[in-house]
Amino acid sequence: MTDLPAPATASRTGQPFARLRAALTAPPEPAKRVQFDRPLLPWLFLLPQLLVICVFFYWPSVQAITSSFYLEDPFGFGATFVGFDNYTDALRASEYRHIAAFTAFFTAVVTVAALGLGLLLAVKADTVIRARGPYRTALISVYAIAPPVAGLIGMMLFDQHIGPFVKLAAMLGWEMKVGIDYWDTAFAMILVSVWKQVPYNFIFFLSGLQAVPASVREAALIDCRNGWRRFRTVTLPLLAPTAFFLLIINITYALFDTFAVIDVMVKDKPANNPMTLVYKVYNDGFRGNDIGGSSAQSVILMLVVLVLTLAQFRWLERRVHYG
Amino acid sequence: MTRIRPLDHLILILGCLFMLAPVAVAIMTSTHTAADIHVNGLSLAPGGHGIETYQTVLTKRGGFTGQVTGATMAMNSLILGLGFAIGKIVLSMLAAYALVYFRFRFATAMFWVIFTTLLLPLEVRIMPSYQVMSELHLLNTYTGLILPLLASATGTFYFRQFFKAVPDELLEAARIDGAGPVKFFIDILLPLSKTMMAAIFIIMFVYGWNQYLWPMLMTTEERFFTLMRGIKQILQVWVGSQIPDYNQAFALAVLALLPPVLVVVVFQRWFIKGLTESDK
Repeated sequence: MTDLPAPATASRTGQPFARLRAALTAPPEPAKRVQFDRPLLPWLFLLPQLLVICVFFYWPSVQAITSSFYLEDPFGFGATFVGFDNYTDALRASEYRHIAAFTAFFTAVVTVAALGLGLLLAVKADTVIRARGPYRTALISVYAIAPPVAGLIGMMLFDQHIGPFVKLAAMLGWEMKVGIDYWDTAFAMILVSVWKQVPYNFIFFLSGLQAVPASVREAALIDCRNGWRRFRTVTLPLLAPTAFFLLIINITYALFDTFAVIDVMVKDKPANNPMTLVYKVYNDGFRGNDIGGSSAQSVILMLVVLVLTLAQFRWLERRVHYG
Repeated sequence: MTRIRPLDHLILILGCLFMLAPVAVAIMTSTHTAADIHVNGLSLAPGGHGIETYQTVLTKRGGFTGQVTGATMAMNSLILGLGFAIGKIVLSMLAAYALVYFRFRFATAMFWVIFTTLLLPLEVRIMPSYQVMSELHLLNTYTGLILPLLASATGTFYFRQFFKAVPDELLEAARIDGAGPVKFFIDILLPLSKTMMAAIFIIMFVYGWNQYLWPMLMTTEERFFTLMRGIKQILQVWVGSQIPDYNQAFALAVLALLPPVLVVVVFQRWFIKGLTESDK
């Protein structure tokens, strides 16, 4: 290898793989100064996790990607390779675009509202001295409620016969028909989804606020009497890392974890009701039996999550560097 | 700074009302009769029929579902929550131990193999996961209910971060004293990790108990139904009934929300610690 100068192109294409191989086989940057040196034992410890991951993560994921390139026969007689047809079909369909637009709108509203409310309550809970504990307990308890239960309670509150929200809206001259009218249902879905997510944001913002050293708070108090300005120039920048982390988490929540809320609230009648992309993946796959199309949509969503997670990792890295 | 500011308290009280009123309404309304709810709407006062309703929901067959009782569903939810939490802790502690405390070939590769799972939530690969389960004949089994949910690295990530923060001197001292890997793990690392394990246990129990989509797909036999699956069932029965059994629906919702809420409220300190520290 050394006496023959390799062509420039070959070395350029060869290098990334060589680097990858080196990176994968090299001993990792040790997590500990001293480590055990046994050939078999670590594999034994890793085995259960690896088994579960291979069978229940990699196998289905690979299958999702493969079947997104095939058109499955609805009667189960084999499948034909169709290349990117499933993707282009999905992306071209006006229904898909419509749902994607609603998903974006839904995600944006839920994220902004849940973050805003969580931040407001955390800031207030941080400033009060009296009854801080009870407030905190009251505000975090809803965290543990499952999305479908939240959806069910929401359904009741917006019920045509017994729902107090419907009566309240009627008093304001708004004839609310959740489950029938598209935007009324969307409103109820958003409200329930926000309600469910506020405690999570509250917990993180509050612990972020409480990590601000007392000396910084006091200095800020002396330098700046105006509470709002103090919040904007001192507290908010200090909370920025927490807020960014929560932003990603909230987007992921609105995209995926609201599935149950939507499923409960549209009551198996997605016809004229709003839904998100994840719900469509499920609906097309299990109801419509369109396995190829559903897989292609899965893969598109995987890419969205991938981008979000990479953004999160970048942030993690930054945080490590600048502490 | 120590002044009491009424506006702050007002905002907090409104916030608490917004969060808790729906739960209070659910609990209180579940103690009224269905006809009463149908006529008078939801209620914030106790109704005095709670015991009958909960008894019906917990023990009678033919409530919302054909055969399964609320008690069975609660049991299944408990099995799912506990099985998931314990499985997660065992798998991820072992894996994190191997990744942090051992020098071996392909350690970096294994790190990536495990942490790639953080990228894709179950929801986006739900269809093929279902097919894999049916090929393995695991539909309608507890194994099929719990194992696929374990295929994510959240726990491993938490424990890895925790182990990395454990002082190196402990391992050095243990090795000088002649402790092997297994002894070090059991005698030193496990006792050190108790708080961390408790925190992760709470988070994972709530997560497992609250699972919806996966149990819904995996279980067609009623004896495997969880409470979340029962809630889906209520809504299906509702379509087309004259006076829906609002009271029983609320009772089921209360049964489904109370255990995780209690766990989180009682073990608040651990739970918050685990949640905010491990996500760093």
